Amino acid sequence: MLVLEKRPEPSALWRWLAPILAVVLTLVAGGVMFAILGKDPLAAIRMIFWDPLFNETFAAYARPQLLVKAAPLILIALGLSFGFRANIWNIGAEGQYIMGALAAAGVALALYPLDAWWLFPLMIVAGALGGFLWAMIPAFLRTRFGTNEILVSLMLVYVAEAFQAAMALGPMRNPEGHGFPGSRNLQDYPAAHNAELVAGTGMHWGVVTALLAVVIGHIVLNRHLFGFQVRLTGQAPKAARFAGVDADRLVVICLGISGALAGLAGMFEISGPSGQVSIDFNIGYGFTAIIVAFLGRLHPIGILLAGLLMALSYIGGELAQFGLGVPAAAIKALQGMLLFFLLGVDVFTNYRLRWQPGRAG
Amino acid sequence: MTMKRRTVLAGLAGTTAAAALGVPTFAGKDKVKAGFIYVGPVGDGGWSFQHDQGRKAVEAAYGDKVETSYVESVPEGADAERVMTQMALSGHDIIFATSFGYMDAVQNVAKKFPKVKFEHATGYKRAPNVATYSSRFYEGRAVIGTIAGMVTRTNKVGYIASYPIPEVIRGINSAFIHARKKNPNVEFKIVWVFTWFDPSKEADAAKALIEQGCDVIMQHTDSTAPMAIAEKAGITAFGQASDMSAFGPHAQATAIIDNWAPYYVDRVGKVLDGTWKSEDTWGGIASGMVAFAPFNENLPAEVKAAAQKMIDDIKSGAYHPFTGPLNKQDGTPWLKPGEVADDGTLAGMNFYVEGITDTIPS
Repeated sequence: MLVLEKRPEPSALWRWLAPILAVVLTLVAGGVMFAILGKDPLAAIRMIFWDPLFNETFAAYARPQLLVKAAPLILIALGLSFGFRANIWNIGAEGQYIMGALAAAGVALALYPLDAWWLFPLMIVAGALGGFLWAMIPAFLRTRFGTNEILVSLMLVYVAEAFQAAMALGPMRNPEGHGFPGSRNLQDYPAAHNAELVAGTGMHWGVVTALLAVVIGHIVLNRHLFGFQVRLTGQAPKAARFAGVDADRLVVICLGISGALAGLAGMFEISGPSGQVSIDFNIGYGFTAIIVAFLGRLHPIGILLAGLLMALSYIGGELAQFGLGVPAAAIKALQGMLLFFLLGVDVFTNYRLRWQPGRAG
Repeated sequence: MTMKRRTVLAGLAGTTAAAALGVPTFAGKDKVKAGFIYVGPVGDGGWSFQHDQGRKAVEAAYGDKVETSYVESVPEGADAERVMTQMALSGHDIIFATSFGYMDAVQNVAKKFPKVKFEHATGYKRAPNVATYSSRFYEGRAVIGTIAGMVTRTNKVGYIASYPIPEVIRGINSAFIHARKKNPNVEFKIVWVFTWFDPSKEADAAKALIEQGCDVIMQHTDSTAPMAIAEKAGITAFGQASDMSAFGPHAQATAIIDNWAPYYVDRVGKVLDGTWKSEDTWGGIASGMVAFAPFNENLPAEVKAAAQKMIDDIKSGAYHPFTGPLNKQDGTPWLKPGEVADDGTLAGMNFYVEGITDTIPS
């Protein structure tokens, strides 16, 4: 009979093979799903994963958009990955994203119409601080009272959502908006606008920051004492304690980093692609980033690739919707399959299948 | 199908209206590709579902001469802009953006694709290739207000409101005015849920209103949850956006149905024959944009008759739901006897009429 046997140590080969196999399995299962829906599976897969990159009608526009869509996912996922490695579970990045965006937009709108070079840097600081402080609430409650940071950070998402609706209807409402909710559009506010750095490339300060964060994250995780502490705490909490890792300090730092990066993502989004504080401008980046973090195996380079892959599935998914009439839910299912297969295949990193001659009777 | 065209919001959007004066002419087409973007899933049973019914009507009307496509659950902001850009790149001739929050995204994409025509629902920014359209839902509210005033026994009508924006406030005012006309003792209890679609929140609001003694529930949110709660509690409710009688066969007195089909067929037809122009349309019962589900057979005959008379009078133009004398909530006069509210005031309505005890959240 076949048995699953724990490997003496995780397989390096499978660690690389697992994501590739997961993608292949997703393509196969997704193809079957499209066929059941009555769509040509090859055409659908091609439209989702190939056309945004290489179709001559779409690629020139879609390639830069890939960066725009992936940047907030990468930035947030990277922040989350530190905590996740150390078993510190910030599930409320969505709330920190909102509060970062509101802090940044609040600064810009309070100073409207200001034309000063320092406004944008100030907004960056405000954005990071907004997300950071929002993440400090679960950090404080956990270190002081032992509350569960999963629940607290998640609940604070709903508080942040209510706060954003109140802002869009109240203090931040556009005085020239004819009574409709929503702030001024920051895209029309040059000093506050996170515009494309080079037209047509999709590169804005958020993309630059996300790429920088990947590099810095990689260095910190592999070359820095903090990275070592994070990895050690995740793999062997007891050993970490003996090695002198201050668990509370680690909680505060990990939640702080993820909060600040989520806040930054919100800041770059609200001042650029999204532009406007509305009653519901948050669109789930904070939650999708959790998938990206795991898909990227909590590894900075992996997160970069996972973020781009996820962005591709969104952009290609839209093409498949209007091009082939594939329902939006099928695209979501495809994204879910990706994570499902990755976690499934991941078993083989730590375990192996072995044929054990069964004993008769 | 003739559409009543009115230059609503002309005072509000003077700049954009002026920009639309230099309207370019577009040549006709043999075949038109029409794209639709929806803010919710087509299966929401309400807002997006009704827009999709309009899309299907376009297909049925023009057959081979039209090709339609849609993307559902498109978030407002950058994603909407990207979806519309990709639609424009892939050769769509006209794109319907069916949520208020798509407004700035429509403007951005329309600038980049001057040959593609855009139609934006419920917004106020136009351009030579951007038209706007909306529906006079408040006409429907006058009808359900009439019914509510007549059927309530507790004199308490519950109202589940989404966001304090002019469209919602207008609806509350219209329903209240006409409930009071039939029943001077009627009171409105209003719950703001700050969402367009959240079945559990809407259900909680409905339950709270029923506990406070309301025996009629109105909603300006999109899910069928309040209808289901009303059915269970054995009280009266009204369907929103589409016929929700499947969820409340006894509860649903009628439903205000958003019927976008005639407008969509008309506009796509104008792209086909080359007569499309940027304009603003605010259609109501008369143009077919506001329609009703059949009255519940359990409604008393005089209630049905009063509701039908209201529909007929609004349709013929004999009656306008905002006709004076009407005072604002604080008692200051708004409309003199016989005076009719102008569209500009209605479009930006941010006050309650006299008699409503709620305060508008801000």
